[in-house]
Amino acid sequence: MLASFWAEMLKLRNRPAAWVLLLVSLVLSQVFNYLVPYAGYLTADNERAAERILMSTMPENFIPNSIGGFPLFAGALALTLGAVSIGSEYGWGTLKTIMFQRPRRMSVYAGELLALAVAVLAIVVSIFALGALTSSAIAASQSESMDWPPLTEIARGVASGWLILMMWCVLGAMLAFLFRGMALPIGLGVVWILGVENLVNVAAPLLDFAEALQRGLPGVNAGSLVSALGGGSDTPGVNSAVDGTQAALVLVAYAVAFVLIAAFALQRRDVT
Amino acid sequence: MGGKDVLVETRDLTKRYGTRIVAVDRVSLTVRRGEVYGFLGPNGAGKTTTMRMLLGLIRPTSGAASVLGRAPGHPESLARVGALVEAPALYPYLSGLDNLRVIARYAGVPEGRIAAALEKVGLTDRSRDRFATYSLGMKQRLGIAAALLKDPELLILDEPTNGLDPAGMVDIRDLIRSLGSGERTVLLSSHMLGEVEQICDRVGVISRGRLIAESTVEELRGKGALLVVAKPLEHARQRAEQLLGAERVEVHDRTLRLDADPATAGQINRELVGAGIEVAELRPMERTLEEAFLAMTDQKGESNVG
Ligand SMILES: Nc1ncnc2c1ncn2[C@@H]1O[C@H](COP(=O)(O)OP(=O)(O)OP(=O)(O)O)[C@@H](O)[C@H]1O
Ligand SMILES: [Mg+2]
Repeated sequence: MLASFWAEMLKLRNRPAAWVLLLVSLVLSQVFNYLVPYAGYLTADNERAAERILMSTMPENFIPNSIGGFPLFAGALALTLGAVSIGSEYGWGTLKTIMFQRPRRMSVYAGELLALAVAVLAIVVSIFALGALTSSAIAASQSESMDWPPLTEIARGVASGWLILMMWCVLGAMLAFLFRGMALPIGLGVVWILGVENLVNVAAPLLDFAEALQRGLPGVNAGSLVSALGGGSDTPGVNSAVDGTQAALVLVAYAVAFVLIAAFALQRRDVT
Repeated sequence: MGGKDVLVETRDLTKRYGTRIVAVDRVSLTVRRGEVYGFLGPNGAGKTTTMRMLLGLIRPTSGAASVLGRAPGHPESLARVGALVEAPALYPYLSGLDNLRVIARYAGVPEGRIAAALEKVGLTDRSRDRFATYSLGMKQRLGIAAALLKDPELLILDEPTNGLDPAGMVDIRDLIRSLGSGERTVLLSSHMLGEVEQICDRVGVISRGRLIAESTVEELRGKGALLVVAKPLEHARQRAEQLLGAERVEVHDRTLRLDADPATAGQINRELVGAGIEVAELRPMERTLEEAFLAMTDQKGESNVG
């Protein structure tokens, strides 16, 4: 498995698509969490509103700011990462090449998952780090005091962010294994995250069964986890449908299920 | 299955797709240590499918196979097998060198072997270019280099000269011959008779999923026959039938075609002349592998659908 992991890391590190996804995640998170609020602050016409907006960009809020986008756009990007890195192995036929090198299918698979887990962690840490940097820059420029959340809180934020993105990432990977490609998984995944989940959210206040359904959806649980860490419910995708612990457990359950389904498909089916 | 010198053995290996297609139909073949075995058959015959089964990529519908004494796909047999199946499938965004580094990591072989493998296929000076920018022949060479990384006991090469220009074909055939000259065993598929004739010791002929012959190149070509031009023809025919039996004598184009070992030509000549027959010409007719192949595969443009 370690051999596969290092091979996988070599591929990911050199893969332009992986860097593009990282870059897009970073740019989007900075734009939505800091650039837009900061512009709003500069142009706000009443003082109290301006003050409130400015406070939202301060270091004390950098955890919810950093993971605010995870249920939606960062999630979609993580899903794309999973779908691209697995799906392209089918497209290029390289899966068969690596499957006759030596390791068993399951150890190749474990190496792939481990590499994705590391890549997702790198994305999460980069978003947090850049957020901290931007936030302290804004605070310094406004001569505001910098109150950082305690380290344990930061660690919890990173772990939760990783859990959310990893769940989406393995969903992408699972779809890629099932459909043996990447186009369909990306399409379906994005429609799910940005379309289906939103429709259920709209229907939830109107229909009882939609509300019950809503509490079980992966995106909704991701949103609830963010909300439990202080994310404002004015952020798209963030909600308080369930409490934080339950949300985390549901996300773990989804991730494990996706991992197992993909393993089953890979183990059983022919590699062509 | 098999003794210690049988590297690959299949017994009634079968792969069906759906109910209509039998890609590989009860194939039983044996590849022995040290030989270059040619797996010869037309397009769609089932060569690639068989090789995929030997590598554990696809599961047989029925039948069994063993590779280096283990079930196909077992890590211990894979560790000693180098393969190139169909088009070389490598990462387009990586350089040739990085592709081999990826393969070396999966295979668990030291990166120190990469330079030698690149050298063998003549790609050393292009190894830092991206795989996507390689020509078809260069891709093929890199695929062969990847197959060589494990310094494998058994090389499984699926149409390795595909896409190469004539000079490249000669290079690669020489390379395969030299690789297969010692203890190393090569299982190579091809639809080109000339190729198999040049580099293989033994041949398995596959057509529409069935292994229809397995033998040495010489055996496959056949013992050949003797062509005799003699006068009077009818008299000569009778004498030949007395000697060989009626079923081994035919007349084509006023020429006798005798189903006899060319080594017996002198004796037959003596017999005919002794019977007062004027023998104008007597020569061996050797079938080319091509004729043998076409006769065996009996191609009517059909495939393994039925
Ligand atoms: N995944 C598949 N699904 C359905 N049919 C398949 C599949 N793979 C192969 N076949 C069929 O099995 C038969 C044998 O194919 P195979 O690729 O083994 O032939 P081949 O001898 O390698 O031919 P070629 O010289 O063209 O490479 C063909 O009829 C092919 O269409
Ligand atoms: Mg083929």
